[in-house]
Amino acid sequence: MHGVEKRFGETRALDGVDLTVPRGAVYGLLGPNGAGKTTSVKVLTTLIRPDAGAARIDGIDVVADPDAVRHRIGLTGQYAAVDERLTARENLIYVGRLFHLGATESKARARELLERFDLTDAGDRVVKGFSGGMRRRLDIAMSLIARPSVLFLDEPTTGLDPRSRLAMWDVIADLAADGTTVLLTTQYLEEADRLAERIVVIDHGHVIAEGTPDELKARTGGALLNVSIARAENRERAMSVLTPLCSGRVEPVTDDDRSFVAPIVAGDRVVPGVIRALDEAGIDVLDVAVRRPSLDDVFLALTGHIATEEEGE
Amino acid sequence: MERLRWTLHDSWVEAERHLRVIPRNVELLIFATIQPIMFLALFAYVFGGSISIPGFADYDQFLMPGIFSQSLVFGSAFTSIGLAEDLSKGLVDRLRSLPMSRSAVIIGRTISDLVRNLFTFVVMLVVALLLGFRFEGSILDAVAATGLLVLFSYALSWVQAVIGLAVSSVEAANSAGFIWMFPLTFVSSAFVDPSTMPGWLEAVADANPFTVVTNAARALYNGLPVGNDAWLSLFWSVGLIIVFSTLATRRFSRSTSA
Repeated sequence: MHGVEKRFGETRALDGVDLTVPRGAVYGLLGPNGAGKTTSVKVLTTLIRPDAGAARIDGIDVVADPDAVRHRIGLTGQYAAVDERLTARENLIYVGRLFHLGATESKARARELLERFDLTDAGDRVVKGFSGGMRRRLDIAMSLIARPSVLFLDEPTTGLDPRSRLAMWDVIADLAADGTTVLLTTQYLEEADRLAERIVVIDHGHVIAEGTPDELKARTGGALLNVSIARAENRERAMSVLTPLCSGRVEPVTDDDRSFVAPIVAGDRVVPGVIRALDEAGIDVLDVAVRRPSLDDVFLALTGHIATEEEGE
Repeated sequence: MERLRWTLHDSWVEAERHLRVIPRNVELLIFATIQPIMFLALFAYVFGGSISIPGFADYDQFLMPGIFSQSLVFGSAFTSIGLAEDLSKGLVDRLRSLPMSRSAVIIGRTISDLVRNLFTFVVMLVVALLLGFRFEGSILDAVAATGLLVLFSYALSWVQAVIGLAVSSVEAANSAGFIWMFPLTFVSSAFVDPSTMPGWLEAVADANPFTVVTNAARALYNGLPVGNDAWLSLFWSVGLIIVFSTLATRRFSRSTSA
């Protein structure tokens, strides 16, 4: 995607989005509701035409030759797009035939995919009785029927219970291992961290950051050290002892008068130094815990607001 | 030629999706069939005694073609509801991301609804014959009358397709698909002679394509001279199909879930 813009009335859903995903890579498109994630996916899957800019799949322009693009992509949208009156197998064969695979090939692919997504036993049951997790698995299976070179997963775990979410993560991780190019959108920071090799952070229709999960975490300045000491009256002194060793302000913890938080640069061997310095100052240490920043911390640092603040998309 | 072949193929795959599930929802089919039969019986017994129409010895012979016509028109509402459901469930997004024919989704849907309406119609016709309705013309006339009614119902399915794709929810489609059918079918010649209406309303009823189609079918079923009504109703149906299939396909190509 290059300089893609899309307006809906007064709202600029996409305001010049640039995004390149190398073949075989798994990218996470991360942002709050209304950031432009779904709109980006809809432009790339030929569902909506961009107002400006260009988008290409395997070098093929989505506006100039949408049909060629459609032969190469698989889309799993925000809703499990299945016909619940049909059985799982019928849903798969139906989509296979619309991909023009032919009846025999569609049936064979349906059988393969039911097995792969652990739906063989439920394959001939009507989808209406399926759980949310089963519907999502069927949904992904349907988008894989014609072996797409690029797979779009728009919020694949939204609305799933924690157990189904973990199962879905395994499914997506397997796809990645197969070499399918995957662009997944999510508002769950943990999900992007877990599945994507690179994360593109999007907010208000702009790409505001891009990098590996570790690179993005490093943007907040490294790690945080939670220090607890034995005696509350030593806290002030302990904090001033550590200040020269830290990368930023050392802050007391409000609800525990024996603890404070010290930011450090990740990767340098600062923890032994911290313990030694406190020991030399005669302060008894109860606990030192290193906390790597979560992507929530990263999002806050990048955008100045919390990721789940906005509504509507 | 290649494109036409795939359009037919895709339309058939799509129609098959809906036809396959009809026997799985017998309840829906039963109620969809009971309603017009109930109408038939209610109108025939409640109004039958008190309404007389010049030129018709028996009100049933006048009324029943009107009810056939109305039931077929009401049946077209399945199309708007079904498409609105596909749209709100994200299925339209999926289908639009496939390399398939753009019009096939609506062709398949309208064809399967036509089959369903035809089934209801046949059951209704049998009940009408049991209640005393008779074909006064030739069997060919009766077939022609049925053909005109079914074609008009199919044309309205395309109008319903545009409605189903334009509204944002299944509930809205349910109302928007039905509401205009009441004036369409009542301000017409289906139940009474329009000349008994106030002058302005009579003018509306006479211009109503539903009146034209109903009059044509009624004349044919009763073996009466049909005049221009047969050609006119053919003209209306084909015209509606041309206009609304263009609109519906264009609308479909831009439809996406909210």
